Amino acid sequence: MAMVKLYAGFERFWHWSQAALVILMLITGFEIHGTFTLLGWEQAAEIHRFAAWTLIGLWAFAWFWHLTTGEWKQYIPSPMERILAMVKYYAFEIFQGKGHPFHKDRSHKHNPLQRSAYLGLHLFIGPAIWISGLLYLFYGDLGGIGLEWLPLGAIALIHTGAAFLMLTFLVAHLYLAITMSDPPGADVKAMITGYEEVED
Amino acid sequence: MKSLQSCLRWLLSAVLFLCVGPIWAEDTQSTADHSKFEQLQEEFETGPEVTKACLSCHTEAAKQLHKTTHWTWAFENQLTGQTLGKKNVLNNFCVATATNWPRCTSCHIGYGWKDDSFDLSSEQNVDCLVCHDTTGTYKKFPTGAGHPNYEPKKWPPKKGKLRQPPDLQLIAQKVGKPGRSNCGACHFYGGGGDGVKHGHLDSSMHKPNRATDVHMDSEGLNFSCQTCHTTGGHEIAGSRYAPKPADERGVVIPGQPDQNRATCESCHGSEAHGEEANPKLNSHTDKVACVTCHVPEFARGGRKTKMWWDWSTAGRKDANGKPLVKKEDGYAVYHFKKGDFTWEENVVPEYFWFDGDVRYTLFGEQVDDSGVVPINRIQGSYEDPDSRIWPFKVMRGKQPYDSKNKILAVPHLFGKDPDAFWKSFDWGRALKAGLMARGKEFSGEYGFVETEYFWPVTHMVAPKENALGCVDCHDRNGRLAGVGGFYMPGRDRNETLDLIGWLMVLGTFGGVTVHGLGRMVSKKGRSS
Repeated sequence: MAMVKLYAGFERFWHWSQAALVILMLITGFEIHGTFTLLGWEQAAEIHRFAAWTLIGLWAFAWFWHLTTGEWKQYIPSPMERILAMVKYYAFEIFQGKGHPFHKDRSHKHNPLQRSAYLGLHLFIGPAIWISGLLYLFYGDLGGIGLEWLPLGAIALIHTGAAFLMLTFLVAHLYLAITMSDPPGADVKAMITGYEEVED
Repeated sequence: MKSLQSCLRWLLSAVLFLCVGPIWAEDTQSTADHSKFEQLQEEFETGPEVTKACLSCHTEAAKQLHKTTHWTWAFENQLTGQTLGKKNVLNNFCVATATNWPRCTSCHIGYGWKDDSFDLSSEQNVDCLVCHDTTGTYKKFPTGAGHPNYEPKKWPPKKGKLRQPPDLQLIAQKVGKPGRSNCGACHFYGGGGDGVKHGHLDSSMHKPNRATDVHMDSEGLNFSCQTCHTTGGHEIAGSRYAPKPADERGVVIPGQPDQNRATCESCHGSEAHGEEANPKLNSHTDKVACVTCHVPEFARGGRKTKMWWDWSTAGRKDANGKPLVKKEDGYAVYHFKKGDFTWEENVVPEYFWFDGDVRYTLFGEQVDDSGVVPINRIQGSYEDPDSRIWPFKVMRGKQPYDSKNKILAVPHLFGKDPDAFWKSFDWGRALKAGLMARGKEFSGEYGFVETEYFWPVTHMVAPKENALGCVDCHDRNGRLAGVGGFYMPGRDRNETLDLIGWLMVLGTFGGVTVHGLGRMVSKKGRSS
């Protein structure tokens, strides 16, 4: 076992600020959606808008960082049998006390399931939210880019649908991230300090 | 030091300008002192005599007025082709002017319109004083067909206060530009009393406070009516018969051919919210009228407005056989002459898409008495770039109609003749006389049909801090709950998506919970 620096400073900053912004946007977003009243509609909308721009800015930096450092390769999907091995582990083997089929190291810090999940998050859920979000934000000016035919109801449908996916992701992610490490919480700690004990 | 001095001097002159400014606005800076005019030195017996004197200098004034709706009480709507105006339309207040002329024309800008024979080409019968009196002492007598009383006379008749005749000479010598109270003498009392008709024009507007009307605030901007209802040649901008729900001209500046300022946008532009405001507000103005948010309620000046008028109950007597009048909170809720009323203040408007196209149910038009008959219909839609969501006072009530011919009736209400409803309280006679006066035969069968009348709300603009907030509309049960044709965040949602979404979220939550418990149980099992 050795302590290895798995997560760079920027990566950790990106993760936690993204987490905070996503949670803030889920809260304010569902208030705007009319699910509950917490901050007041106007306040919720203003925070949502502000957080959106911040998150888009953060996303731009993250894309740049991933592309320039080559870290984007961490999200290349694993072969199907390795993904299925993870599914099998979570579905059955974990209850039988069997060992984790994946061992992380510096160049493979995500397990095969994580790789696919995060890829989906960044390539599908994220863009679906912010593209629909930008269309939402500039709805009155869509005529300028030839999209005046696009009804707000459709934009809202995609935006809300993607928000539900994001919330679902968050629930699953929290469970897996907090409880799946040995001991529980080690992954969270690693995401704070950057270092994690990995097998040699 | 020097710059501080000049700064102070600038500030002082600015303060002086602001203090004195409104006084200039009141005092017309006229180059003529009418009290020095020879023509105005005589003892005038009647209004028309004063007019004659006015016209001896203002040679074109009466000719100009003859062209206005204020004079003709007739209006050709270019958009719809309908002939409107007080002479022609029916409403659900006192219903119609025909046969009731002397009472109604106490708000005509002329003298003597007491029946159909009134000469609309008479210059001397134009009433200059009702608009140009600056003394506040000139009053048309309520039943005088536009004349003031020339002898002391009681109003209401018999038990009312004695009204002294106005000092016509003094009034003529002090004429000036109309103030709010000149216009208000009629427009604040439309429908037969204070605030009855519009609800956003009532006696509180003589000297409104800031909360009632931010523009007319007598201690603030102190606008007169003409500040917005710009005039030229006695023609006055802005008409309810041909309203303009969206004005794309931008801020009106000198040199533009159309100097009409009777829209909010003509001063504020269509993107009026400044840097300090929520940036989203300006992106609403292509769909939402300014007044929708900025007139959050009408009848806010401490006067109630009439919201319901049921003529069908008119004519009742009390237990002692005396004509019945019931009052609540100082307002008549039943009057034997007019039926049942409801009054409201601080009224939340009703909102509709509005493109400015208003179609009236004209006299003689067949109505569908199976439901509510619209006195006028408004239209507009989300798709139409010229439509805006607009606030309305919807006046509702029941009024007489010829139930066989299915036409709204003209009741002959006022007069000394026995056909007048307020004399004999016989609907049959009153409707026959009224319909006949407008050239229709009465079938002899009458009933009362429910009607509604849409009045766009435009006045009583509130200070910005009292304007509506987002959540007033962006809410499941917000003010625009009934306005259709578009998706509004906070109000609308896709129920199926919400169901699937929450099932997915809760399913995942349940799944991980079961998974976690399963792990705990299996671990325990293995360790024991």
